[in-house]
Amino acid sequence: MKGRNNFILKVKNLEVTFEPNLRALRGINLNVRWGEIHGLVGESGSGKSVTSMTIMGLLQTPPAHINSGEIIFNGSSLLSLTPEEMRLKRGKELAIVFQEPSKYLNPSLKIGEQIGETLRLHLNMRREESQKQTLKLLKLVGLPGEERILSSYPHELSGGMKQRALIAMAISCNPLFLIADEPTTALDVTLQLQILKLIGELKNSLNMSVLFISHDLAVIREIADTVSIIYAGKIVECGNVEAIFNNPLHPYTRLLLLSIPDPSKRGKRLKSIPGKVPSADSIPPGCAFHTRCPIAKGICREVEPRLKEVKQNHTVACHFPGKIVEGV
Amino acid sequence: MKLLVFIVKRFLRLLITIFLVSTIIFFIIRVIPGDPAVVIAGIDATKQEIQAIREKLGTDRPLIIQYTDWLKRIVVFDFGNSMMTDQPVKKLILQRFPLTLTLAVLGIIFGIIIAIPIGILSAVHRWSLWDYIGMTISQLGMAIPSFWLGILLLLIFAVKIHLFPLFGSGSFKFYILPAISLGFARAAVILRLTRASMVEELSKEYVITARAKGLTERMVKYKHALKNALLPVVTVTGIQFGYMLGGAIIIEQVFSLPGLGRLFLTGIYQRDFTLIQGGVVFVAIIFSLINFLVDILYSVLNPKIEIK
Repeated sequence: MKGRNNFILKVKNLEVTFEPNLRALRGINLNVRWGEIHGLVGESGSGKSVTSMTIMGLLQTPPAHINSGEIIFNGSSLLSLTPEEMRLKRGKELAIVFQEPSKYLNPSLKIGEQIGETLRLHLNMRREESQKQTLKLLKLVGLPGEERILSSYPHELSGGMKQRALIAMAISCNPLFLIADEPTTALDVTLQLQILKLIGELKNSLNMSVLFISHDLAVIREIADTVSIIYAGKIVECGNVEAIFNNPLHPYTRLLLLSIPDPSKRGKRLKSIPGKVPSADSIPPGCAFHTRCPIAKGICREVEPRLKEVKQNHTVACHFPGKIVEGV
Repeated sequence: MKLLVFIVKRFLRLLITIFLVSTIIFFIIRVIPGDPAVVIAGIDATKQEIQAIREKLGTDRPLIIQYTDWLKRIVVFDFGNSMMTDQPVKKLILQRFPLTLTLAVLGIIFGIIIAIPIGILSAVHRWSLWDYIGMTISQLGMAIPSFWLGILLLLIFAVKIHLFPLFGSGSFKFYILPAISLGFARAAVILRLTRASMVEELSKEYVITARAKGLTERMVKYKHALKNALLPVVTVTGIQFGYMLGGAIIIEQVFSLPGLGRLFLTGIYQRDFTLIQGGVVFVAIIFSLINFLVDILYSVLNPKIEIK
């Protein structure tokens, strides 16, 4: 593993639009260190999935356009690779686990085949070899390594088992980097914790770095080392998980944290953020959050704040970082 | 064991179908105007002569007696004798069936060969030149009546260039043009469905997973999406085939082919009750049989469907 401050993934100023004029990503900056779990948090429509699809090279262009930016992964610039070079990295060096396991598995192929084909493709394994390896992988993700599962179809497995199978598929070639795109959202709560634990364990045993995408701050607090908060296609705050949770600097982060249900506030009304995320075709000028921000001043409507390092390893894009207003 | 239960259930369903179909056809042909006895006796026959023929045919008996008699015979698959030629209806049908079967098999093969590859290519290269060609073929197939296509093909390939015989039956050559005329319309339907189904599958999430694994586009499309896309195509193709087995009345007429269609048409003209009844029940049996086979094939292809 590389040094603590080396980054496996650096996304610089990534701008993606969708035809005709949807500004999905407006200059994303994201740094993931070797061996860490980096959480990416935001509401739906904020650009989380577009970010992960762009990193994986899975964005359909058109309708999407990558206007500017750079993605440096393990020293190579992903956006300047040919589609074929990128394809060879997918599934081998970078892998992804999606949200709804039942939709993301092919209904008419056996689980063993869906995992095994990746092994044969990237690691040039023969069929028997790939079957043996698939059994090992199934065991690794907590599915009893039985022949029976190899020859099962997705609909014969439960939701949790399907998610484990998808994870086995993603880690099959021992990737350096795993994107987990809301992998627990579609599962019930008892399963969520198991899958979170599994991803944490696999990260350690396989020496992976993970980008963990979620809209659920409680999940992020559980699993992540560092966190980026995304709002309307831009990172608004980034820091260690303790810093973000104990000392949030951006008003959006603060409000997000206040909206987590807390047992000690039982009986009180749960806080929610007034208004909604601006849609990608009508991002307000200045700071995109000013329309919902309780501390917005004149400058916020005109000048877009840049992401600045205010404390060590803690960056924020706000004109008034850390300013506290009553109730916020 | 499961398969056995399935077959038994299907057989029972077939019996019900045959009962309903035979009842309906029995009464319908007796409601429409026309009397086989009059047809046999000719225009200037006396009432006594007609009555005598009716007695011979048994159509003078009360309707309910005729009906129960017909049902009793249907149970043992005895279709009776033709009212006109006095030959067993079963024999008449089985004589004509090989021709119709050949025509239907060739027609559906032609349809599949045209429709499925073009449908897949259209879906994969959506809005490309390929797609426009495919869609045009499909539009034409739906818009052109098959008898007109048949006449056109005859005109070009039998009259102008003597590549195929003008009419008749015998060798393989005789079946080519009628099979094309018959299969083209089927191809249009299958092509459209294949394209739509493939487009739908390509937009599904598991395709993203396949790409995320680093599979080649060829594998994503032809290994992952295609198998799912062909499921509805199998069903529809089977049903189309079933229709064709019922005989292609117009195409057989255009090409002067002595198939089932023409046999039934003659039967209807002459009010040959037993022939019509036997013919309809035969077609119903064939159709059910094809459906049964399609269901088995579908359950083999689709792991989600279990034979129950």
